[in-house]
Amino acid sequence: MIHAAEGGTAILFPIWQEILVGAIAFGLLCFVLMKFVFPMMEKTFEARVDAIEGGIERAERAQEEANQTLEEYRRKLATAQEEAAAIRDEARADAVAAKEEILVSAREEANRVIAAGHAQIEASRQQLVRELRSEVGNLAVDLAGKIIGQRLAGDADTTATVDQFLAQIADDTAETSGAR
Amino acid sequence: MTDSAIVLAEGDSHFPPGTDSFNFRDWFTGLSDTALVHMFTTITFAVWASVAILIVFFLWAYRKPQIVPTKRQWIAESAYGFIRNTVSIDLMGKKDGVKFAPYLATLFLFILIMNMWAIVPGIQISPNSHIAFPAMLGALSWIIYNVVGIRKHGFLGYLKMTCVPPGAPWFIYPLLIPIEFLQNLILRPVTLALRLFANMFAGHLILLVFILGGFEMLNAGNIFIQGLSVFSFAMGIAMTMFELIVILLQAYVFTLLTGMYIQGSLADEH
Repeated sequence: MIHAAEGGTAILFPIWQEILVGAIAFGLLCFVLMKFVFPMMEKTFEARVDAIEGGIERAERAQEEANQTLEEYRRKLATAQEEAAAIRDEARADAVAAKEEILVSAREEANRVIAAGHAQIEASRQQLVRELRSEVGNLAVDLAGKIIGQRLAGDADTTATVDQFLAQIADDTAETSGAR
Repeated sequence: MTDSAIVLAEGDSHFPPGTDSFNFRDWFTGLSDTALVHMFTTITFAVWASVAILIVFFLWAYRKPQIVPTKRQWIAESAYGFIRNTVSIDLMGKKDGVKFAPYLATLFLFILIMNMWAIVPGIQISPNSHIAFPAMLGALSWIIYNVVGIRKHGFLGYLKMTCVPPGAPWFIYPLLIPIEFLQNLILRPVTLALRLFANMFAGHLILLVFILGGFEMLNAGNIFIQGLSVFSFAMGIAMTMFELIVILLQAYVFTLLTGMYIQGSLADEH
């Protein structure tokens, strides 16, 4: 029963029953842990790595997408700015052209109005001169008749004299207006 | 009656402790004269209890593994991950490391829990202080690293690799080859087993010396010596703490060396 009775070295000799027990127990432990537990842990580790790497990948993709969107937005903005500048330039050019046109037409209009005014004034003057001339003729005849005391009306000579006189006046008037 | 626990219970002074302090009586005295002797003792109980604790804990902790681990799942993963990452993968690289991690982790946990019995109150004896268990584990390591080496390099290739160190001048071979052969193929499992066994044996002996010594002093007739027994018990407690370090360290060393031997067998020929 007492194993070590043979002496101190007995502790260095294994008891075979204990080896057997140890081997069976350790074998059982190995079987359970190495078959059911640790492979599952490896799977979990892998799943975890996948989850983390997948997350990083997703984040990278989102980042890239955002960058692309930003780039696109910037490009659009630049195009829009260019377009706006073009439109502005065009509008300015149009405005300048319109201004020129308006100025030209206004000047023409003014000239036309001025010319029409001149013509009208001239016509009025001619008319006045004509009216005045006949008025002056009549006045002169009336005056002369009163001075002479005789009716000159209807006398052919008188009429001729008056006409001659008026023609002379007309000539004078023409000269003076031409000199003016 | 050599069970130390019995010794204390009976108040029978059994000082100084000797090698017979490691002999535990059979639980069923009827078996003592049959082949089943030594099968049911405190020692074998501790072995089965170790296995039961590990199996129950790991199956319970890893019943429903999740990506984001629960606390117990995390503990179980840390126990495995510790050996997997710091021993197996560190030594053998990712591919082979993952392949051998389950065995090394099982080995580590088994030795660790077996060692722990050395300081568990009521048991206070590690099965590893009986050479049968370290010897069994050492033999298993020996088989594994040799089989791995022979599979990888062929029998002769493996023999050449382990026994003929590269770079040595030819005339030293007659001296070197026997030494390398002895060292790498014979003594490795022996040293593995002896290192673990001797540490646990000595640890138990030291605890016995201080604790039994304390009782011995208490039983002395001299009041002065009885008072001094306090220091003996305090030393016993301090040594228990020290024993905890030895327990962790020896479990780690055994696993690390087994890993290194396997790695050596896997290494490419120089």
